[in-house]
Amino acid sequence: MRKYYEFVVEGLILLSAIASIIFVLLILIFLLKEGFMLFRTIGVFDFLFGNRWYPISEPPRFGILPLILGSLWVTLGATVIAVPLGIACAIFIGEIAPGWLREILKAGVELLAAIPSIVLGFIGLVTLVPLVKKLFGLPTGLTALSGSIMLAFMAMPTIVSIMEDALNAVPRGYREGSIAMGATQWQTIRRIVLPSASSGIVAAVMLGIGRVIGETMAVMMITGNAAVIPNSFFQPVRTMTATIAAEMGETVQGSEHYFALFAIGIVLFAITFAVNLLADLSLHRKQTIG
Amino acid sequence: MKSQTQRIAAMVSIFVLFYSTTVFAEQGITIKGSDTMVNLGQAWAEAFMEQNPSALIAVTGGGSGTGIAALINGTCDITQSSREMKKQELEMAKQNGHEVQEFKVAIDALAVIVHPSNSVGQLTIDQLSDIFTAKITNWKEMGGADQPITVLSRERNSGTHVYFLEHVVRKGNEKGPEEFAPTVLMMSSSQAIAEEVAGSRGAIGYLGIGYVNDRHKKIAVSKSVEGPFVLPSVETALDKTYPIARPLLLYTVGKPQELIQAFLDFVLSNEGQAIVLDMQFVPLQQKPA
Repeated sequence: MRKYYEFVVEGLILLSAIASIIFVLLILIFLLKEGFMLFRTIGVFDFLFGNRWYPISEPPRFGILPLILGSLWVTLGATVIAVPLGIACAIFIGEIAPGWLREILKAGVELLAAIPSIVLGFIGLVTLVPLVKKLFGLPTGLTALSGSIMLAFMAMPTIVSIMEDALNAVPRGYREGSIAMGATQWQTIRRIVLPSASSGIVAAVMLGIGRVIGETMAVMMITGNAAVIPNSFFQPVRTMTATIAAEMGETVQGSEHYFALFAIGIVLFAITFAVNLLADLSLHRKQTIG
Repeated sequence: MKSQTQRIAAMVSIFVLFYSTTVFAEQGITIKGSDTMVNLGQAWAEAFMEQNPSALIAVTGGGSGTGIAALINGTCDITQSSREMKKQELEMAKQNGHEVQEFKVAIDALAVIVHPSNSVGQLTIDQLSDIFTAKITNWKEMGGADQPITVLSRERNSGTHVYFLEHVVRKGNEKGPEEFAPTVLMMSSSQAIAEEVAGSRGAIGYLGIGYVNDRHKKIAVSKSVEGPFVLPSVETALDKTYPIARPLLLYTVGKPQELIQAFLDFVLSNEGQAIVLDMQFVPLQQKPA
């Protein structure tokens, strides 16, 4: 009886584990199936490197280069802002802060992660956008910069919590040894702790980037959504995610436009997959070396 | 703890009782579509339900395209749309075995608005087209201040976007070559356009007159250079002197059921059209009763 029970429980757990893989595969198959329908009528090259996005015109133009670049600009900006802040924050929480302050800060960071992105977008729209416009004397505050700043807030919690784990994983003996050799706390952090945790730091940054590039609601509200090839942070941009979200409701199912949105989905999927793979490789390297 | 559980149980049972009686006794209509029309549809539904307590009408937005897709897929009874259905959509409905019926129910005047400090007060359709295609990029080219123009449009899922594209950017030639310039900002709601125009000195945008307030300046529009330049209002849309006004539509499929027909009759009645005016849209001209 007990054996039978054991078997059932193990089977159920196995099924749950397999389920997530099956879901990913099903999603991937659907995405590829719908997305590749577009390439019956439009060349892959024209799609990826075309610079005009006019999906509802006659004839339609499906060049997503401005959208890819829009996503990359916003992500780059958010990374530049969030990574130094996130690393500094994680070092302070993990290495320097006294116990009581550490708990408060950790709770704060977790709370930041809990704010729904639409709320951040809305707050950004009424506070950050006018501020950016005023500070830089721009014709409009709906720019890549506004999107980057807002997304940096969203990437921060991911970066901080994963990096803090990486710092925690550095054996205590390393630090003690360094201090015993006469190194100061800062020297210990810089020369011993950070290099030992480097692979975890890379993973934290990568996952933060993955979070940013897939974000939709906030960027749609505050980046202006103009499909131009951006050449500065003070310009409106249109991201891939915002394009899918904004146009999904309009498309006729089975139309070229509909397939084009799925094809953008494939590109997004490929990018996030690559970013996550890098993060994973980096974490894996840590296990083999450290 | 116990009392709370009891209270929840009581609430659930009341809810179940209430819900089971209503579901069986009432008939429901689902209305979906244009964001421009969602408040109007809600107002019609409330007034109609007051007169017909047994009717249950649910109104949701999402955009004209979303509503039309729902009608084709059979997940709503009536679609509100601020643009006409496209040929492709009509064919898809036919494939699904639906015969689509169209009802013109109101008129919406689209106002072109700028920041109150802007000295430009009137524009022709040609000038508007040049602005939205970025042939004109500075207000000084139209006698305004030396200031770059920030051009704002609704997103592509909006019927308003499509109407403005066909009737202003392409000057009435629906298949014309003109497009919104890539530099045009695509805003996800009329409210977002209203906010951005009120806050930016160089901005220009378009939206239904219901959204315009004293933080915006309305532009008088003319079809030709000679004028007359007409400001958007209910009156000028009604006497057809204002050139950018579009029909608002309801779509149903097949022969309408009794309740849906009653609702359509109500919408087109004097009472339904009075609600149109209340909601800052332009009613259809009434036949003398």
